[in-house]
Amino acid sequence: MKLLESVEQPTPNGSIPSDALLATYNLVVRYGAAVALDGVSMYVGKGEMVALIGPNGAGKSTLLNTLSGINRPAAGKIICNGKLAHVPEGRQLFPELTVEDNLRLGAYRGGSRDPSPMYELFPQLHRLRHRRAGGLSGGEQQMVAIGRALMAHPDIVAVDELSQGLAPIVVSDIANHLVSLNKQNGTAVLLVEQNAQLALDITSRAYVLENGRISKEGRSADLARDPAVHKAYLGGQVSR
Amino acid sequence: MTAFVEYLMTGIARGLVFALLAMGFVFIYRVTRVVNFAQGAFAVFGGFITYSLLRAGVPQGVSELLAILAAALIGLIFGIITIAGDLPLLASLIITIGLSILSEAILMLIWGTTPITYSGLTGHDFVILGAFIQRQYLIVVLASLALFALVALAFGRTYFGKAMTACASNPYAAKLSGINVKRMGLVAFMLGGALGGAAGVLITPLSPMTYDADVSLAITGFAAAIVGGLTSPGLAVIGGLVFGLAEQFVAGYWSPSNETAVALALLIILLLWQARRMRLEGLE
Ligand SMILES: Nc1ncnc2c1ncn2[C@@H]1O[C@H](COP(=O)(O)OP(=O)(O)O)[C@@H](O)[C@H]1O
Ligand SMILES: [Mg+2]
Repeated sequence: MKLLESVEQPTPNGSIPSDALLATYNLVVRYGAAVALDGVSMYVGKGEMVALIGPNGAGKSTLLNTLSGINRPAAGKIICNGKLAHVPEGRQLFPELTVEDNLRLGAYRGGSRDPSPMYELFPQLHRLRHRRAGGLSGGEQQMVAIGRALMAHPDIVAVDELSQGLAPIVVSDIANHLVSLNKQNGTAVLLVEQNAQLALDITSRAYVLENGRISKEGRSADLARDPAVHKAYLGGQVSR
Repeated sequence: MTAFVEYLMTGIARGLVFALLAMGFVFIYRVTRVVNFAQGAFAVFGGFITYSLLRAGVPQGVSELLAILAAALIGLIFGIITIAGDLPLLASLIITIGLSILSEAILMLIWGTTPITYSGLTGHDFVILGAFIQRQYLIVVLASLALFALVALAFGRTYFGKAMTACASNPYAAKLSGINVKRMGLVAFMLGGALGGAAGVLITPLSPMTYDADVSLAITGFAAAIVGGLTSPGLAVIGGLVFGLAEQFVAGYWSPSNETAVALALLIILLLWQARRMRLEGLE
């Protein structure tokens, strides 16, 4: 990816530590004339769990696609001091391939193609390994999608809409897996979520993206108590 | 009965050749979504290059293999011209039609307009149920079956083949996994070139090849590929056999001049059937 040089200045809301695993500086992304990201500066530290919340159409998926090199930034800069893997919105499996083949293709860039670590992480995938991925339930597909991304041996995994279309019990199960992965392997997580409650619960820091701009950032626990965030994203429920 | 066996054998052999062309369509379409109308040109190049190599004294077997490799290279070049520029699909499609016309001009400049042929592997014809069958028919059947098996193994079983299927299945996710989808498209064009070249190499001893045979070859190959919705290699083989047999039985029992018309009529029926099926699937 071509990185455009630009002023590397601290963001208005806070500075980006120089040892950040992943950072963007004033990132601008356009679709034709429409501006999807309008000067986004954010970072994820080593082993950190960070949430990115915001309404539909805010540019969350655009940001992840830009970090993965699918979209080209029109301006700004991306620094990535590690390997990033991306679990895309809607899971995006290869439906006619088996679970095992889906997992193995995650290692296409190199490294071991042995999927057994993923069967340890998600034991129920083991008995499904020869099934076509397209025939799995939503939760199982999300596990395959996460497993496929983890097969790249990433330092940071970006998950787009983990909870989309899944039953709450399935969501919390998969979320627990992410947390233990983070604790055990030190894999950093960037979690994009419509379900702000879940995202703020399991992460330590969070960004709110609105209309292509970071409108708020801070500790997840603080944001969960922020009245505006509460009203807009937590449905007015009283949080713990 | 004798005539029936003859038509059957000829139909199967020609059908398998059409199937090779159809597989080329399918592989290129699956990865790039481009319907490559220059697919017939690969076969014509394959036939003419084998002809020249044999005349230059290159041994049989080697000539055929070299011609297939040359066709693969032509496929790669056509692929680069067609998909390297990130053009809209419709533009790529028109380019393949242009490449087919350009191929005819090049073929005519190099080899002229006289039909060419060469003998396949020589040896005695053999007799099945009282019908004389040229040995070349047997070669065609064995060689195409071997090629189908090779392709099935290479793409159904290997990691690289699965990566290619992944590109066809979900190009976005393939890119996220680090697969270079564009390069896979070029590999598909190369494979299409090789399969088309093999079709030409095999069919030229059976019916003389002309510089402008590409259009009718492409139409029949496309029709066979449509049987599998342009995406199923297995159904494309069945499609090829249907067209090969239909052509021979129409030509044999009715009139040789009707065979192309019948192929086109079958194609139109298939296209209507496919369109209806897609509409029904879309409604679900
Ligand atoms: N491929 C695309 N082409 C044009 N516009 C797009 C494309 N993808 C997203 N957009 C637009 O960019 C904006 C941000 O979309 P997206 O990143 O998908 O938001 P989110 O993931 O936060 O819901 C939206 O207005 C959306 O319509
Ligand atoms: Mg999104």
